[in-house]
Amino acid sequence: MSGDVHVAIERDADIVTARQRGRELAREVGFSGTEQTLITLAISEIARNIVSYARRGGMTLTRVQDAGRSGISIVARDEGPGIPDIELAMRDGYSTGKSLGVGLPGSRRVVDEFVLTSTVGVGTTITMKKWLR
Amino acid sequence: MAVPILKQGDVLVASIQVALTDSDLVELRDRLAEQVGRHRSRGVILDVTVLDVLDSFAARTLRSIAQTARLRGAHTVVVGIQPEVAFGMVQLGLSLEDVSTALDLEEGLAHLRAVLERRGHHVR
Repeated sequence: MSGDVHVAIERDADIVTARQRGRELAREVGFSGTEQTLITLAISEIARNIVSYARRGGMTLTRVQDAGRSGISIVARDEGPGIPDIELAMRDGYSTGKSLGVGLPGSRRVVDEFVLTSTVGVGTTITMKKWLR
Repeated sequence: MAVPILKQGDVLVASIQVALTDSDLVELRDRLAEQVGRHRSRGVILDVTVLDVLDSFAARTLRSIAQTARLRGAHTVVVGIQPEVAFGMVQLGLSLEDVSTALDLEEGLAHLRAVLERRGHHVR
């Protein structure tokens, strides 16, 4: 049984570390290979957003239990510029120029819960959860 | 971590061995573009068999590698995308668009040979 895994996200090598830690934890929780891949993808996209837009932040990966079900929680925090228009940022294909614009909407599609809070000039927090079926 | 690029006749084979960072991928793109010219290669094979995930940056860079190589006169085939990786790409909404793909290295070489022979190149 492992506790929280925290990964500092500052450089592109940290994206790889976050992905690997996420996959390890997802495997321990009991997710299938396909679900591990989806979790890894969401972690990769969100971690890259931190590196591209905020430069510095972190990700906490936790095994969670709720009403008899198990899952994984991924909390990404940064102290970057924040997202002025969250609705727009969540739209497929929208990007301020550094990406394809699939990172946020794509990640939301592959997890069960996705909550994004952001304050301009303060930072962004994204909480994702995926539950075992 | 530099990806080894092997020259096999007219074809360059880049076999990815470990998980790559974004800068590793960009470096691979630049080295391939340079080596296609140096070796006058007609084809490029990108073997991604070991990768357990292809995210938006990787998909975009693979497309950019294929487009760059095409402008340098070489056709690219991406081989070895694992079933779970393919499923993840579909779920996320990623595609390689018009980049050729094949199941594995053998199929990729056969595909390249067919493409190049159609164009009138004898493949070494």
